[in-house]
Amino acid sequence: MTANQLMFTLFAAVIIVFSVLTVTSRRILRAATYLLFVLVATAGLYFLLKFNFLAAIQLTLYAGGIVVLIIFSILLTSHIAEKLEKPSLSKKLPALLAAGAGAVLTILTILQYQFPAEATDTGRTNIREIAHSLISTEKFGYALPFEVISVLLLAAMVGAIILAKKRKD
Amino acid sequence: MFEGVPLTWFLITGTIMFFVGIYGFLVRKNLITILMSTELILNSVNINFVAFNKILYPGHLEGMFFSVFIIAVAAAEASVAIAIIINIYRRLVNIDVENMNEMKY
Repeated sequence: MTANQLMFTLFAAVIIVFSVLTVTSRRILRAATYLLFVLVATAGLYFLLKFNFLAAIQLTLYAGGIVVLIIFSILLTSHIAEKLEKPSLSKKLPALLAAGAGAVLTILTILQYQFPAEATDTGRTNIREIAHSLISTEKFGYALPFEVISVLLLAAMVGAIILAKKRKD
Repeated sequence: MFEGVPLTWFLITGTIMFFVGIYGFLVRKNLITILMSTELILNSVNINFVAFNKILYPGHLEGMFFSVFIIAVAAAEASVAIAIIINIYRRLVNIDVENMNEMKY
């Protein structure tokens, strides 16, 4: 087993174990912390694939931003000592069946499919290349989605402020 | 194959994470835990995009940009969802999905 395989196995194990804990933990603040571990391990996978820029975005935006937002709203809306009630078996069983059947079907399909073996480049992505693609309007340029996403973020910000604002009446 | 790690390993990790997210989405009652399950689902899709990009199309950047845009959409979605959740908490004092039918009108 090479070092890469070892690191991948470690990250994948962390991802799977903590994502299961995220959806089963009965203390909501702990569930949020487990989600943080999942997101950091995912950033580790991106580092393994040498997408350093994406891993940095994952760490700052997901692990730093969204998880903090979620923890804030947990502290605003629920008591820390309070435990969530156990889901009933009649609710658990169909969900488990649906998720399990879907997972087995998808994994079998993945294992059967023969992916073409491409030559891999092991270089890391150049940040200059990323920046040029983001503002270019030519082929492989992403100027339009970049602008659209900035408008979306502005709209989300305005919407969030208006929704969470106290009504005067 | 990426330096000894096959593509299927990444895809299987993503699949398991996706369906764990689906399970949480179906089972949980609290709105914030449902939001956390949604984040798991979005994140698993990102792993697939990035793995496909690096292993099947090396030298391109499409998968990476898709992941960046998905992360931005997830951030927008989380902020609006939490604003709605706080608003609901102010009116109803709990945030279980069973009480959400009051949002209809």
